[in-house]
Amino acid sequence: MDAEIVRKDFPLLERTTSKGKPITYLDSAATSQKPRQVLDAVREFDEHYNSNVHRGVYELAEQATDRYEGARSKIASFIGASGPETIVFNRGTTESVNLVAYAWGRKFLGEGDEILISELEHHSNIVPWQLAARATGAALKYIPVTDEGRVEIDAVEAAISDRTKLVAITGQSNVLGVMPPLEEIGRLAHAAGARFLVDGAQLVPHAPVDVQAIGCDFLTISGHKMLGPTASGGLYATTEVMEEMDVFLGGGEMIEEVLKDEATYKPPPYKFEAGTPNISQEVGLGAAVDYLEALGMEAVHAHEVELTAYALERLDELGGVRVFGPTDATERGGAISFWVEGSHPHDVATILDEEGVCVRAGHHCAQVLMRRLEVPATARASFNVYTTREDVDRLVEGLEKVKAVFG
Amino acid sequence: MIDELYREVILDHYKSPRNKRGIEAATCSSHGNNPLCGDEVTVYANVEDGQLAEAAFEGQGCSISQASASMMTEAVAGRSLDEVHSLAKEFRAMMAGEAEPSEDELGDLAALRGVVRYPARIKCAVLAWDTLEQALEGGEARGAAAH
Repeated sequence: MDAEIVRKDFPLLERTTSKGKPITYLDSAATSQKPRQVLDAVREFDEHYNSNVHRGVYELAEQATDRYEGARSKIASFIGASGPETIVFNRGTTESVNLVAYAWGRKFLGEGDEILISELEHHSNIVPWQLAARATGAALKYIPVTDEGRVEIDAVEAAISDRTKLVAITGQSNVLGVMPPLEEIGRLAHAAGARFLVDGAQLVPHAPVDVQAIGCDFLTISGHKMLGPTASGGLYATTEVMEEMDVFLGGGEMIEEVLKDEATYKPPPYKFEAGTPNISQEVGLGAAVDYLEALGMEAVHAHEVELTAYALERLDELGGVRVFGPTDATERGGAISFWVEGSHPHDVATILDEEGVCVRAGHHCAQVLMRRLEVPATARASFNVYTTREDVDRLVEGLEKVKAVFG
Repeated sequence: MIDELYREVILDHYKSPRNKRGIEAATCSSHGNNPLCGDEVTVYANVEDGQLAEAAFEGQGCSISQASASMMTEAVAGRSLDEVHSLAKEFRAMMAGEAEPSEDELGDLAALRGVVRYPARIKCAVLAWDTLEQALEGGEARGAAAH
């Protein structure tokens, strides 16, 4: 995989800033850019097939439904799921975790039960569990992480008990790039009789994922972080789990029959898809999956590991930069949080912005982890398939300017 | 260009903040933060006979938020509350790009005018002022709520 060639597919990367600098986009963990293939798929759908799905008896509606359902099949196969019926379409990870916390959590959690998450988690895998705990009387517990942000299996073992009803953990930290040992955690969760949820927002875009090998009951997918449109994505869950869950949002599409006082619901996954879905966005996500599969996820992951190693080396040479998380690139994905001595992350981001370098500064929706790392904020550079060594070089040049101002 | 934002006087206040301490017997104080970026300040003030005799702050955050707090504590000390409010108004007008700063009135604070061109950073500059005014009114300041 050659990122120099890949990036030619991404129109946004051709633009410049108002100051005439090329865009050096290092904020892919927040949202990724979209290749022409995805933009074209969305446009083609809107221009030729737009109509509502699962409703019309006319040809156009059939064609729209085929494309929407086709995207579901592509996503299922992309993550090694047994079939398209295991994929619920929704707006992504936030909605997916809320769905599980509501439709599974409110039904199966109660006093004396525990929900187990880690200190690495994004707010979208914390706050829904706080709400579920408050509503059901269950307790929310945390697996502590090491100073480098690793989730060690001993810590998981120590935290899990027969009170644990759910283990929910990120597949890849959006702050540190750390990748917890999912298969081992899943085995421990299941041995304790708990369900196992993986927040795949940062994992699915960057590494091969096989839900059956991981052994998770739930996997969340954010389309806009994997070259797809915003508000695309969904939730993987086994049919067995989906069948035992309550419904989530009520409305059209998710029902079989509605009487005055009650209704019956469609089988999964449709019982979780109330209302008109984000049709063209999910079709666009199908195109993003095609794009990633053509590159090959092994190659995508190798590219990001190689680039992360290069960035860690350049930052080390630069000096005066504290990098959070493991320093061995093979243990992490392409998200690097750092602190430049003597300068606050916001100042770093503003000076980098002046050079066209887009990085995130702040708490990254991970305030629990920030407190664990004892920092109020970090600057973060994050990569994707279109990120090149030249992008990393521009980051380092920008950081030299930061050091000149604050040194 | 970036020198317009990070003027020497701002970096000086950031690296050597003035009045950065608590005041144990302060007549009022308030805590403010920008949840989005994690900037935090606690502002302490001693008000005697309608005069702001002394102001101080504690906090952490970016150079703009901390330098602004430092400059503010110098600018408001010894002024009447009316003068403090009118200074706050003038500072906000400068940040909104509505008024050219008068160095006579604002002193070092005028150096923050470069922030206007960086919309994402304006709330950093205004945080200390929001917090001071909240302290004077007796309440909590939250930067995000004020913008």
